[in-house]
Amino acid sequence: MDLELGERQRAFRDEARRWLTAHVPAVLPPSLETAEGFAAHRAWERTLAGGRWSAVTWPEEYGGRGASLVEWLLFEEEYYAAGAPGRVSQNGISLLAPTLLAHGTAAQRARILPPMARGEVIWAQAWSEPESGSDLASLRSTARRADGGWLLTGQKTWSSRAAFADRAFGLFRSHREEGAPPHRGLTYLMFPLDAPGVTVRPIGRLDGKPAFAELFLDEVFVPDEDVIGEPGQGWRVAMSTAGDERGLTLRSPGRFTAAARRLVALWRERSAESGGGGAGLDGALRDRVADAVIGARAYELFAYASATRPDPGGTGAATGAESSLNKVFWSELDIALHETALDLLGPFAELADDAPEAAGGGAWADGYTFALAGPVYAGTNEIQRDLIAERVLGLPRDRR
Amino acid sequence: MDFVLDRAQGEFGRTLDRMLGGAGTARTVRAWGRGDHGPGRALWERLGGLGVTALAVPEAYDGVGPLPVELAVAYVESGRHAVPGPLAETAAVAVLLTALAEGDHPRAAAAARHWLPRIASGRALVTLAAADGGPYALDADAADAVFTVAGEELWLAPGHGPVQRSSDPARRLARPRPGGEPLAHGPAVAPAVERAADWAAFATAALSLGTGLALLERTVAYVKGRRQFGRAVGSFQAVKHRLADVLIGLEFARPLLFGAAVALASDTPGRRAEVAAAKVAAGEAGYAAARAALQLHGAIGYTDEFDLSLWIRRAHALRSAWGTPSVCRARVLAG
Repeated sequence: MDLELGERQRAFRDEARRWLTAHVPAVLPPSLETAEGFAAHRAWERTLAGGRWSAVTWPEEYGGRGASLVEWLLFEEEYYAAGAPGRVSQNGISLLAPTLLAHGTAAQRARILPPMARGEVIWAQAWSEPESGSDLASLRSTARRADGGWLLTGQKTWSSRAAFADRAFGLFRSHREEGAPPHRGLTYLMFPLDAPGVTVRPIGRLDGKPAFAELFLDEVFVPDEDVIGEPGQGWRVAMSTAGDERGLTLRSPGRFTAAARRLVALWRERSAESGGGGAGLDGALRDRVADAVIGARAYELFAYASATRPDPGGTGAATGAESSLNKVFWSELDIALHETALDLLGPFAELADDAPEAAGGGAWADGYTFALAGPVYAGTNEIQRDLIAERVLGLPRDRR
Repeated sequence: MDFVLDRAQGEFGRTLDRMLGGAGTARTVRAWGRGDHGPGRALWERLGGLGVTALAVPEAYDGVGPLPVELAVAYVESGRHAVPGPLAETAAVAVLLTALAEGDHPRAAAAARHWLPRIASGRALVTLAAADGGPYALDADAADAVFTVAGEELWLAPGHGPVQRSSDPARRLARPRPGGEPLAHGPAVAPAVERAADWAAFATAALSLGTGLALLERTVAYVKGRRQFGRAVGSFQAVKHRLADVLIGLEFARPLLFGAAVALASDTPGRRAEVAAAKVAAGEAGYAAARAALQLHGAIGYTDEFDLSLWIRRAHALRSAWGTPSVCRARVLAG
């Protein structure tokens, strides 16, 4: 057992570090949840792709580097340590791409992945509906057979990035069978957000920024080539994506180790201002700073263990359960870490991220707003705890 | 990079689990708490036969160590089966005497030559009182030797004072008597003691993790079988979620424990902070498991004669042994 980097890993990390040092902008673009910020983040994706750093784990033919999971972890560590911008293409790269690589045709992969890697096509997800959140399989939007394709009708909501994105992917009810369980008869489809029949209504998140949108679909035509997997098998196809989403790739440890380092710096700074050595700050705050450091390190080491276990990409029940453990852990760590930072900021804690005097250029305020959604999306933490209790601990399946 | 146990390490843990599972450790623990150390010493000799007591002892003294990864594996299993005795202290003494024997401390070197082979074989139990661990030497009444650190001096104590009852009856605490045989003094003592204290904290973290795992396993089994309102209590979401949180705490303490093992093996500069992080996480996770076990068992969990109490009481004691959570958190930030 060791944590030493091999020669190839070290070379990979050093190359990433050099490239990021040379390319990460000194001044971060505005929040990617604004029109101006979205455009700037799209441009950054192009820059990343220029160095072949936008999707390092993909095969080279699609713009990746065929990197291992450990190399991806190293890249992410460097990425966040360098203070690089958020990833506007995250939905596509971490949710849709793994699905295409597992279930898509060669033609689909060749057509969709390279423009995704270059930031030319930014993807939104279209899972939730007004009456289908945690109970996703109850969704009602339909896909009706048409000549050479499908007609989509219904309403999707809480669609992340959809206010400014180009295309979306999601599940639609395509087959009805009397008495069949709700997850049967769904189809996984992709569609353009500017297609005839699509209406996008942006929704402000908690701080008002249009981070997601409602999508109204009225007989939107989708050709057969934009179905992923077999029609009617969408649930199975999507769940392999959900497994990825709940796994490491949704939130890399590098994000938290970098944030924990910034938190320690903030704590030291505030301690110095209030009498030095932490004397002016209460011990409870110090303990919370330490817990953020410990939590980030735990998540990092947990990830190294996952990544170096034989068959880390396995899709068995164990991997699914591991992704539930991950998801609860990082989402709660993220909130605790940002709450601690805000408590250290005292009277400046309530300033919005775009207030001129917001601490750290608004990074703490924006990070806090972003973190608050963590326990909700990608399967609420209550659902995750049900899965852990039932699938790992073997407790009875009924819910009440 | 390879951050998983290899085949032999995994098999070592399973072998210990099987042996300890069949050893009836609950009876041994209760006897130990009454001051009857015979069954506990016999169990230590069996652990010695499987190599557990040799893991912190170098080959020069008939050991196989230092092997912190294997020690973590063995101590997790020992905690899981509530093995009594000064496990953490014995490992710490092995590290301390080895470090001082390498310097110009002839009496410490002689003590190392005398005690370390006996520790390695499982025939000798020794204990240690040092500032980091407080004034008491654990299980001094069972130990063959009581070592004590005072400032820049290491002593072999001439015995111990009265046994103080611990909240965990199987942990018997006593102050070393002053005086005895001086083994080392001078500026080299402090860094050696610091290293030994890190090993003690690390070993305690492993015992905490094992204790928490046992509490979780027993509680899961209980809530599957216990029925109220016509259904298994484990089907209630409040119960399920509490146990899911216990599992999350334990499973994220585990990589910190092995991260600390790797840091001890390579003696990296961040060793202290890595051990402290593992100690906080494992101590808190083990204690959270104890609280959940007590709550979800209901009144039976609050009952001395029900064996769950052996683990519940130990989880709390281990949480503060060799560095309280607050002390360890400060160490994490000190880097």
